[in-house]
Amino acid sequence: MNETNGTLTAADAQPSVGNAYLEMDLLRFTTAGSVDDGKSTLIGRLLYDSKAIFEDQLEAIEQASLNRGEEGINLALLTDGLRAEREQGITIDVAYRYFATPKRKFIIADTPGHVQYTRNMVTGASTADLAVVLIDARHGVLTQSRRHGFIASLLRIPHVVVAVNKMDLVEYAEDVFSAIEREYTAFSAKLDIHDITFIPVSALNGDNVVDRSAHMDWYHGPTFLHHLEHVNIASDRNLIDFRFPVQTVVRPNQNFRGYAGTIASGLIRPGEPVMALPSGKTSRIKEITTFDGVLDAAGADQPVVLTIEDEIDISRGDMLVRPGNIPQVNNEISAMVCWMSEEPLDRNRHYVMQHTTREVKAFVDKVVYRVDVDSLHRMEADTLQLNEIGRVQLTTAQPLYFDPYRTNQETGAFILVDPFSHNTVAAGMIRGTTRTAEEVSEKAAAFSRKAFEAARKELHSPDVVWEGLNIPRAEREAANGHEAAVVWFTGLSGSGKTTIARVLERRLFDAGIRSMLLDGDYVRHGLCGDLGFSASDRAENIRRVGETARLFFEQGSVVLCTFVSPYQEDRNRVRALVPEGRFVEVFVDVDLETAKGRDPKGLYARADVGEIANLTGVSAPYEAPTNPEVILETAGASVDEAVDTLWQALVAAEIIVG
Amino acid sequence: MDAQYRASHLKDLEAEAIYVMREVVAQFERPVLLFSGGKDSIVMVHLARKAFFPASIPFPLMHVDTGHNFAETIEFRDAMVEKLGVKLYIASVQEAIDKGRVVEETGPEASRNGLQIVPLLDAIQEHQFDAAFGGGRRDEEKARAKERFFSHRDRFGQWDPKNQRPELWKLYNGHKDVGENFRVFPLSNWTEMDVWQYIALEDIEIPNLYFAHEREVFVRRGTILALTDFMSVLPGEEVQKRTIRFRTIGDATCTGAVLSSASSMEEIIQEVAAARETERGGRHDDQRSEAAMEDRKKQGYF
Ligand SMILES: Nc1nc2c(ncn2[C@@H]2O[C@H](COP(=O)(O)OP(=O)(O)O)[C@@H](O)[C@H]2O)c(=O)[nH]1
Repeated sequence: MNETNGTLTAADAQPSVGNAYLEMDLLRFTTAGSVDDGKSTLIGRLLYDSKAIFEDQLEAIEQASLNRGEEGINLALLTDGLRAEREQGITIDVAYRYFATPKRKFIIADTPGHVQYTRNMVTGASTADLAVVLIDARHGVLTQSRRHGFIASLLRIPHVVVAVNKMDLVEYAEDVFSAIEREYTAFSAKLDIHDITFIPVSALNGDNVVDRSAHMDWYHGPTFLHHLEHVNIASDRNLIDFRFPVQTVVRPNQNFRGYAGTIASGLIRPGEPVMALPSGKTSRIKEITTFDGVLDAAGADQPVVLTIEDEIDISRGDMLVRPGNIPQVNNEISAMVCWMSEEPLDRNRHYVMQHTTREVKAFVDKVVYRVDVDSLHRMEADTLQLNEIGRVQLTTAQPLYFDPYRTNQETGAFILVDPFSHNTVAAGMIRGTTRTAEEVSEKAAAFSRKAFEAARKELHSPDVVWEGLNIPRAEREAANGHEAAVVWFTGLSGSGKTTIARVLERRLFDAGIRSMLLDGDYVRHGLCGDLGFSASDRAENIRRVGETARLFFEQGSVVLCTFVSPYQEDRNRVRALVPEGRFVEVFVDVDLETAKGRDPKGLYARADVGEIANLTGVSAPYEAPTNPEVILETAGASVDEAVDTLWQALVAAEIIVG
Repeated sequence: MDAQYRASHLKDLEAEAIYVMREVVAQFERPVLLFSGGKDSIVMVHLARKAFFPASIPFPLMHVDTGHNFAETIEFRDAMVEKLGVKLYIASVQEAIDKGRVVEETGPEASRNGLQIVPLLDAIQEHQFDAAFGGGRRDEEKARAKERFFSHRDRFGQWDPKNQRPELWKLYNGHKDVGENFRVFPLSNWTEMDVWQYIALEDIEIPNLYFAHEREVFVRRGTILALTDFMSVLPGEEVQKRTIRFRTIGDATCTGAVLSSASSMEEIIQEVAAARETERGGRHDDQRSEAAMEDRKKQGYF
């Protein structure tokens, strides 16, 4: 083909000799366009000019074009697939296409762009590094162009290319292109799109597709193919949070037990500590085994077999993480979902959720809203129909270990499967747990926001009265001569929380400061006697304690709370109950070995003989505070030193006077 | 870490295929790998070794044997199976013909390709396989462009192009009813070029049919066919000795050869890069109709 038109194309440099192909990487992109935007022609042009169309296919297309009474070759026929679609003359499903240049191999997920194919677009987008949004230069930015942008943003495709096509039909005019660019840029600012590139092309004639256009010297950017070849995708991966969902256990003989899987994100090396979820048990990586030998390190997207130092029970669906960087663990989640089934979402039945390599039963508790994909407006809804996208709250039978989709697609994505038809009925992207202050229940959130606002105002103007309390806190504080605060001690059992808090409280008392100590063991006997140690019971425990602390806080006390409180989410909820500056999170940091050595309540010993399940640090996770006000390292320090540190922190925060 | 890791599209494709294979082993009870003796199934076997290393391949292979094989294919197959210590099942087209389960096409252009469906489905049922790996690639044929990694088949082994499950992220849905099964295609995203490059990269052994060699051939309707015991030469067709090689290995009666002197992997890769014909173009019976493949898939072909 190159000989016929005499131009130099990518095909001439096709990887052919030596090991040039070892330098190639892979870019997956999706294209969405409405009928007649020229999407098929654009892809056909790419395939044609990069020689991915072979002669026999070309003949078949010529033959088919002739049969349809068309003149010459119809490039669009290349990307069309099943017979039914051929008969209707439109593409309906997601079709995958391949081509390669010496720089990259490309996988195209080609999807139709009409609203009734939203699910197909979502499917194509789920694996894409880049999205191509096609706009017909004559028609400008249409509803569907916005819809495609919205879907790209929803699925968090890192790169978007807007190909403004059919430039030949608008005399290759710069102002037409610029107007579209301006309008679409303004629109995309409302979305979560970080990298967006506009390219004026004529798919039919090939301008700026593979070769530079001779008609648009005002355009100085890359050609379409050049951009696809050079866009940087290496940095799109999450290399920070180590997550390893176990796919299957490899056990060739008694002496080898390995966990097979693909690293979802982050990096790991032999010798590094890991924690298994959901058990919370910790160990170290022994070896990274592969067919090609053992590795010094392995990172995101690499399939490996990991062995660990200790015998702990790990099976498919479990996840290995670093003890200091664990995902959220919760069974109440909030997510955006795209409904993919003819049968609408039903809140009265369960679905099977596939999340990483796990399967759990899930209920949709609530549809918070539906997004009109064309106007982007939020609409009230109590179900979702085929192709609709909305925000929902789900409860799963067992807790999920997840990250929000926006920080980690691998651990933030799920599908719902109908347990009867076995069909995939929804694609979901986790936003977080429903237990955040934002969403607990709209009411509670509104309440704490109001309280927060009121308290804050009050800080600046002591005259403001917070309705609801007979004697406002400000008055009590004035009388007490110090401010109220919640000092929250978190850390493993045996870390020294209670010991330190007791000494601190005595000192506060001696200095005439009103205080109250709430200790985990006290409330477990009374207020929270009905609760166990599951993640949800732990959350409820902390919620009650938080509310109690708040009453004492409003009464003007410095409230000392000593709770293992392993989940950041739960601690944050308590933090949200009191005004800024009045919550002092104290991380009582100690390594597990030291804590075990102290074992003041004999818990570790009992866990060792299997008497206690869910012991934090041993068989249940502990999330170290990400941003505590105070960190106390108790392994090397005395109790008095720790109390001094805290005293100074309270003075510095102007809660007490030194 | 290995900085080169992501840099290679082949490693990316390998990782994807390994992930899919491990999913199948985790989600299904009795998987089987359909082994044709061709390079795609050889690559699949190699990937399976990698996926479960240091354990051996945790599923058997099955060859749907048309009885019209090149001797080299069978030799290669048997040596490989022995070396790996995997179990091999054979689903025989000849047996199905003898039992009257299928009727052999007659005439000089008769092909047994279409006859593979019945013995394949019979064997799947007999051995209760619930997932069968196939080496199909989406780039091979239009009808395959929309095929899933996990392709659901009903009780009759049929594929319904209108009712395919969407496949999102890496979340493969292998749920099914009793008696149903899946065809799974770990090489979906590979092209012919990728397969060759990977064979070179990994130094995978392949039958010598793929390399240039001298052979008695004749030309029928533009396709170069090898002279074998299973075919009669028609008047006007001339048997000649030529240096040829095969780009794909299947039923000897319908697998076309190409004139070639490529005798090393590098030469083959160069030849593929310069090729003007997709590999299936060399398969005589695909040209019968534009939608031939789609028709066969619906009936349960690979
Ligand atoms: N003039 C002109 N026509 C184009 C261009 N791209 C596509 N077309 C025509 O627009 C029509 C629709 O193109 P097609 O690729 O089938 O659109 P699709 O429905 O988006 O896949 C066809 O008649 C194409 O020839 C272009 O850049 N310039």
